[in-house]
Amino acid sequence: MSTLHAKRANEFVKDTAKVDRHDATFWSVRMKRDAMAHEVPEWENLREAASQIKKHTITRLADYLEKFSANARRNGVKVHWAKDADEYNAIVLQILREHEVKKLVKSKSMLTEECGLNDFLISHDIEVVETDLGERILQLMGVPPSHIVMPAIHITREQVAECFRKNGIIQKNGLQAAESMHGDLQKLEAESDPTFLTRCARYHLRDNFLTAQCGMTGANFGIAETGDVVVCTNEGNADMSTSIPPLHIVSMGIEKLIPDYESMGVFQRLLARNGTGQATTVYTSHFRRPRPGCEMHIILVDNGRSDILGNEDHWQTLKCMRCGACMNTCPVYRRSGGYSYTYFIPGPIGINLGMLKSSDVNYNNCSACSLCCSCDNVCPVKVDLSTQIYKWRQQLDSLHHADPLKKAISQGMKVIFDNPRLYTSSLRMAPIGNYVPKWITGMAMEPWYYGHTIPQFAKKSFHQLWKEGLDDDAKTKNK
Amino acid sequence: MKVGLFIPCYVDALYPEVGVSTYKLLTSLGLDVYYPESQTCCGQPMGNAGFQDKADKLVDRFDKLFREFDYVVAPSASCTAYVRIFHPQIAGHECEAASKTVDLVEFLHDVLKVQSLPSKFPHKVSLHNSCHGVRELGLSSPTERNIPQFNKTKTLLNMVEGITVVEPERPDECCGFGGMFSIEEKGVSTKMGIDKLRRHIATGAEYITGPDSSCLMHMQGIAAKQQFPIKFIHVAQILSHGL
Repeated sequence: MSTLHAKRANEFVKDTAKVDRHDATFWSVRMKRDAMAHEVPEWENLREAASQIKKHTITRLADYLEKFSANARRNGVKVHWAKDADEYNAIVLQILREHEVKKLVKSKSMLTEECGLNDFLISHDIEVVETDLGERILQLMGVPPSHIVMPAIHITREQVAECFRKNGIIQKNGLQAAESMHGDLQKLEAESDPTFLTRCARYHLRDNFLTAQCGMTGANFGIAETGDVVVCTNEGNADMSTSIPPLHIVSMGIEKLIPDYESMGVFQRLLARNGTGQATTVYTSHFRRPRPGCEMHIILVDNGRSDILGNEDHWQTLKCMRCGACMNTCPVYRRSGGYSYTYFIPGPIGINLGMLKSSDVNYNNCSACSLCCSCDNVCPVKVDLSTQIYKWRQQLDSLHHADPLKKAISQGMKVIFDNPRLYTSSLRMAPIGNYVPKWITGMAMEPWYYGHTIPQFAKKSFHQLWKEGLDDDAKTKNK
Repeated sequence: MKVGLFIPCYVDALYPEVGVSTYKLLTSLGLDVYYPESQTCCGQPMGNAGFQDKADKLVDRFDKLFREFDYVVAPSASCTAYVRIFHPQIAGHECEAASKTVDLVEFLHDVLKVQSLPSKFPHKVSLHNSCHGVRELGLSSPTERNIPQFNKTKTLLNMVEGITVVEPERPDECCGFGGMFSIEEKGVSTKMGIDKLRRHIATGAEYITGPDSSCLMHMQGIAAKQQFPIKFIHVAQILSHGL
């Protein structure tokens, strides 16, 4: 009885220092989030409003999409529609080819990750440079993100220094970085000084901003009323990506729409507070029309979203605005890390989105939940995350991914619990189990014995005590 | 008031003293307490494992057994939550018994509104706020939420003479039990349990107490394996202490 998530997690927890650091890091984000949430008296009203706005928009999506695209076109933006990842990738490539783009700079976009855009473009000889610092580090290391908001938080500064050296970034920018700090290059490099490394990254990225022919951003929100796209970052990299190259492509999932700026006010107050514990992201950039002489394109991507909309049990996942708070609070995520999950989005929302994407692979994540329901209570748009995970578990048998042992145990329980006489006679026999040698019970109950001692059955169950006259007076009253 | 006592299966088999304490406490408060003997389990073990359909008959029988009572009281937050929230969903209709099923803490705090208890327990206890008690039954305000702070279990415990009630750091983080989760995800489950135990122990308490024996069972098994010096006691046993 062990899913892929469980197997990987069992490995992850072996390094106690690492798992404790991972847990403490994300718990501290949860604490910052709590402090922010408790500072806003109307917090719970905001969550309810956000949930209702998303529900309203998603259930009238066709109307809002038409409004949004009409307004964007009126602003001089070229709007494209992609039904799936292949169509999306092809549209991007076509736009890039039409503009003879050789290098693309990107701010963070989970949608491009979902569609495998980077690998697709690279295979068509286009250089792709991630400009979110965390994403860039991971791209250079050749590994996927382990969290959607803090993708490289599991990487140490020593690993970053090593990666920058391997890629010539320190060799090229180290001296300038050290001079800007009035420091000694050798010493700063040897210490893997975070400020030094950040400055190296800054100069390295600046070169790329200056030499790219296209900048791509994701979209945190699309505002139907105006056709605007809102992008939230902490590093200003979306602004740099769109301020220098003459071509801006926005990749946007169709569920990112909200009706108007009044709604935007609700989400703006929730997103950063809930995601990272900041009152707001450092940059909240609003894009309406192309810069003079430049082009702006918006690609609206479905890629399975319309199917989710029609899914009675799981449509609420479309309300998600990818703040990452459900990961930070999830006790299982914090102790198993992003790479234990088979889908690129980990944690409670990732379990659900993964199942919607491909249950044949991602059923492996359904075990990664103790049903503590903490995620439901941090979610800023009230997605019923734990209820959905519970529902997926009910469906695993019909999807042919139920664990045979769990099924057998459940069937055994059914037989006993459906037959009160069998149940009470089992209770009478149970204490004998206490006298079975430990090495046998240990073997039979290996997964439990891994962390626990075997529980001791009471000499007499409550049932027996009651029969023997727990309270004679009460017993006569009992039927 | 006619009260039906629901003693969930694992309490029945492993912790009958919790059932006895509950019974004594309720009768001492002048209630007529009945124990329908053909009761078994709430069905949660199968449900959380993904087989709630195997609990359909049991749900039906639970309703027939308990619907005649004014209240159904169980000394287990998680089983209570399963009955109240999930039984109607499994049955496909409202269940009369489920709607009247309450955890012992809820019953004392919200229904009987007890203001004092005769028990004495001169010990320091660390309160374990079980997830389903907190987030499904509302026994305390979840730390994630910006709502007025309350803790019904703590309020009741503080009525006991001589007791010192403390809470661990991260007062409502999961202990890692989760039914079959604890065997399917043994690595993470055990780590969660160890972390939770360390925080309880750091309070300097002699006992860990809570309204849910399943969390206590999980932590007790880990504490024994790790040889952590801490004792366990169910809230019902403290509230009825000396009766």
